[in-house]
Amino acid sequence: MANPRTNFIARLDWLTIIIFLLMVVFGWMNIFSATQNEGAAGSIFDFSQRYSKQFYYILTAFVIAILTLSIDGKVWSFFSFPIYGLTLLILPITILIGKEINGARAWIFIGTFSLQPAEFVKFATALALAKVLSDYNFQIHKPKNLLTVGAIIGLPILLILLQKDTGTALVFLIFVLVLFREGLSWVVLFVAALAIILFVCTMLVPLPVLLPVISAIALMITWLYQRNLKFFGYGSLILGGLFGLAALASHFLGEEWSIDRMFFIASFIAFLIWLVIIIRKKHNPLLLILFTWIGAVFFIFSVDFVFHDILQPHQQSRINTILGLESDPLGVGYNLNQSKIAIGSGGFFGKGFLQGTQTRFNFVPEQSTDFIFCTVGEEWGFLGSLFVLALFAGLILRIIVLAERQRSTFSRVYGYGLASILIFHFAINIGMTIGLVPVIGIPLPFFSYGGSSLWAFTLMLFVFLRFDTDRYQIVS
Amino acid sequence: MQNPNSNRKYIIAGMVLTLTAIFIIRLFYIQIIDKSYQLSSNNNSRLRVVEYPGRGMMFDRYGKPLVYNEPVYDLLMLPQQVKAFDTLELCRILSIDIVEFRESVRKAREYSRYRQSAVVRQVSMEQFAMLSERLYKYPGFSFQIRSQRKYPQPIAPHLLGYVGEVNVEDLKKDPYYQSGDYIGKSGLEQEYEEYLRGRKGISFMLVDVHNRLQGKFENGRYDTIPEPGRKLTITIDAALQEYGEKLLAHKKGSIVAIEPSTGEILAMISSPAYDPNELVGRIRGQNFERLMNDSLNPLFNRATMSRYSPGSIFKVVQALVALQLGVIDEFYSVDCNKDIIGCHNHPNAHGLREGIQYSCNPYFYNVFRRIILQGKSTNQFKDSQIGLKIWDEMVFTFGLGQILPTDFPGIKPGLVPDGELYDKMHGANRWAFSTIYSNSIGQGEVETVPIQIANLAAIIANRGFYYVPHFIRSIEGIDTIPQKFKDPVHTAIDPKYFDIVADGMQRVVYDPGGTGWKAQVPGVIVCGKTGTVQNSGGKEDHSGFFAFAPKERPRIAIVAYVENSGAGGMYAATITSLMIEKYMNGTITQADKELSILEYQQF
Ligand SMILES: [Zn+2]
Repeated sequence: MANPRTNFIARLDWLTIIIFLLMVVFGWMNIFSATQNEGAAGSIFDFSQRYSKQFYYILTAFVIAILTLSIDGKVWSFFSFPIYGLTLLILPITILIGKEINGARAWIFIGTFSLQPAEFVKFATALALAKVLSDYNFQIHKPKNLLTVGAIIGLPILLILLQKDTGTALVFLIFVLVLFREGLSWVVLFVAALAIILFVCTMLVPLPVLLPVISAIALMITWLYQRNLKFFGYGSLILGGLFGLAALASHFLGEEWSIDRMFFIASFIAFLIWLVIIIRKKHNPLLLILFTWIGAVFFIFSVDFVFHDILQPHQQSRINTILGLESDPLGVGYNLNQSKIAIGSGGFFGKGFLQGTQTRFNFVPEQSTDFIFCTVGEEWGFLGSLFVLALFAGLILRIIVLAERQRSTFSRVYGYGLASILIFHFAINIGMTIGLVPVIGIPLPFFSYGGSSLWAFTLMLFVFLRFDTDRYQIVS
Repeated sequence: MQNPNSNRKYIIAGMVLTLTAIFIIRLFYIQIIDKSYQLSSNNNSRLRVVEYPGRGMMFDRYGKPLVYNEPVYDLLMLPQQVKAFDTLELCRILSIDIVEFRESVRKAREYSRYRQSAVVRQVSMEQFAMLSERLYKYPGFSFQIRSQRKYPQPIAPHLLGYVGEVNVEDLKKDPYYQSGDYIGKSGLEQEYEEYLRGRKGISFMLVDVHNRLQGKFENGRYDTIPEPGRKLTITIDAALQEYGEKLLAHKKGSIVAIEPSTGEILAMISSPAYDPNELVGRIRGQNFERLMNDSLNPLFNRATMSRYSPGSIFKVVQALVALQLGVIDEFYSVDCNKDIIGCHNHPNAHGLREGIQYSCNPYFYNVFRRIILQGKSTNQFKDSQIGLKIWDEMVFTFGLGQILPTDFPGIKPGLVPDGELYDKMHGANRWAFSTIYSNSIGQGEVETVPIQIANLAAIIANRGFYYVPHFIRSIEGIDTIPQKFKDPVHTAIDPKYFDIVADGMQRVVYDPGGTGWKAQVPGVIVCGKTGTVQNSGGKEDHSGFFAFAPKERPRIAIVAYVENSGAGGMYAATITSLMIEKYMNGTITQADKELSILEYQQF
């Protein structure tokens, strides 16, 4: 066998490349199946068909892969910030000259050829993040550094939100995993988890029930912690009394306050009273509970406000449908239902290549892009689905292994950035087709139809593979 | 080098594995355990079939149908199943243009090979019957039943309104609609759309790969039954409406009649009009275009949108405001001095009743002057400002200068000028009574639309209050009409002053020297007032007349306008008389008057 220290080909991680090839080829087969009925049958080289376009996209992706492998990894590290700045600059231009598709202004057209610049911003952000985190002086819990990291992740989110491409913007939140790997405190993950739980509760439970329950839980924890009922009793009295006062005030001021508003006012005043009591009695550990409680109350109110007063009706119904609050088989739920039927009807072995009826008959929306997994589920069944899951899990785990064996922080952070983005796309895309998460329009990497996504992911992956081949070099 | 947080890789890897495990369990459930996703063994799919309900019918106040539905058929095509067919014969049966037909077939193919599209819309009953027999020769084609509007009498086009295909904005506004659906576009069709449309029914059928029906999907669990549109009973008296349209035929003008004791609109006529049946079906497009380009503007609803100066009709408002403010009493007299403002020849007016009877311009010039210049400031600019503000507040209570909150789209508010407007026109403190006095006789800036004047007649008929004029009498399945149509709206004027004005309006019609004797109706006491609208266009003035009858316990309040028919309100007063007689007695005894109106033709 060739010596990895001297032979480039031998240093390449062929396992990753094989998974990549399997994904792209299997992806194309499914796109072919999903789109070959759209018009009269043509040849693969007829550029008007989606499957033939995708064929060329894949060939281009191979070229990108080879070119990328031949570029020295140091180039990416050196030009991280310029690349980041340049791609960000393209986003506002896209808003200005871009064309609107499905409500998002995220596409640039060059002739008949379309490009979605936001796909490449993921790559640029991963580079920039790696650059910042690999700085010798970087310490994750220094406020200044946290601020820089926040800006690097927040800026693209902001710009992509301006394009109204919410799905793509959400992807960037997953970089929190990279930060976690690089030492970000558990508290952040805890808060994030709490936020998700509270969000779901706010949607499912009416506020006049949820708020007292949350407060009761906070008081119970105080009770358990103190091991006596004093705080529990006083706490309930203060909150209940203030709520009564707010109700009286509402009555005498002649204003029709809602229960939510009375509770909000009562909570805020109770918070101030407790704050004073706790500080004077020096029960400082209780402060943590107090702040968590008031934070939760504020969070619930802001979620409620954003949901009812800011979100568009169609966005509301998407969330409602996924939480099972709204049954609407003709609207959003209809698409979701169709998607589940397509996958569900595949059974164990599937209906066979080109034999799927659900996807072929246009019952599934976006069947070649965001819902490509429907075709997999229907035509290749449970076995085929398992195969795809295995490919993704394998790819992501392999990237984590490769990332961990990097000597430079830059390469490791970049590797985790890549893995995180793949995790997010994998979780959301497949989750939505099988009805576990809301319908958020993001593609399944290497599978979905479309050049931008395929090229961006290919670029990202092969840049990392190139880093990996350089791992024996002395870290400067 | 050992990284301090290296162990966290296990947590992240664990997350990936957990996620994958959740997906596997979920997939195992929906693909293997839950059989409801695996439809019947022969690869079934669903076909979405929409059933359109009949649109709600409308009836007049006596239950006479004004609009109902008749079935029409849309020819649908499923491109995937279409084989070569005789295009020529198909087009001949349906009497359509072959080029147009090829174009819609091309579009349908482009849209989807696996979904039905309507290629020919609104096929008539006869054509449908003819083609149905031969449909076996046209695989891939089928019919879908829909209904279209049909008007038993060609009346009331403006108030009933028309129905048309939804446009992009409609689709955005309400997700209920889908491309190709119909929606009320104007008049009551638009106002009561959500009741009239009913609810589409949607059923999901199972089809096999050859698109053959295999029965209902999941036993119809997701199906909805179409709900027919609700029947609407409106306040219109169809006979009166038809008669009014006959009187206004070949003239430009409008009539609005209201029942004062309820605010129910008995008739609303705008002329020139059109046959509502013209805006239905396949002929709609070309007819609509023709009506749009017609220089007489038959689509324009004069009764709610024509803004006129109220002219002399406005004098009754001036009289009432002045009485309420106490700046005049019923005996107030003015010599007809034509120095400042012109007038016709008549004896001097002794008391308000004669002032109204003679419609004396100097009389009302002085009345308005007393309202505006009350001496509340020594500065005449300030004084005018104060006086105009008081006047404004009172005039507003007559429902003028505002959109009446009725159940009809597209009503104009008219204009009651205020200080702000004059400040803008002339500059603050640069206008006074001498600038605005034309309003005293209903000229100047003040503007009204006919429905407001009919409401004004109702206010005087009721001696001081009105019910918001409305069209709705009942909606099928709903117990009551909106409260806003049941609560009286009071003016700022004491009811006792209205009898004086009513006396004056009676003299207009019956006393020598009154200007409205043409409005008399045998056996009924009519109170009325002429209103000439000066026409800036250089053409003849518009003639207007408003009235209510009988004087005690009035049953009808009405206004009529005939454009460019000259001063004096002759035609308008005559039309009013005929309309009142028609409504009160059901028959016409004044054949000579009727003939004079029918013979008067402007176009
Ligand atoms: Zn006079």
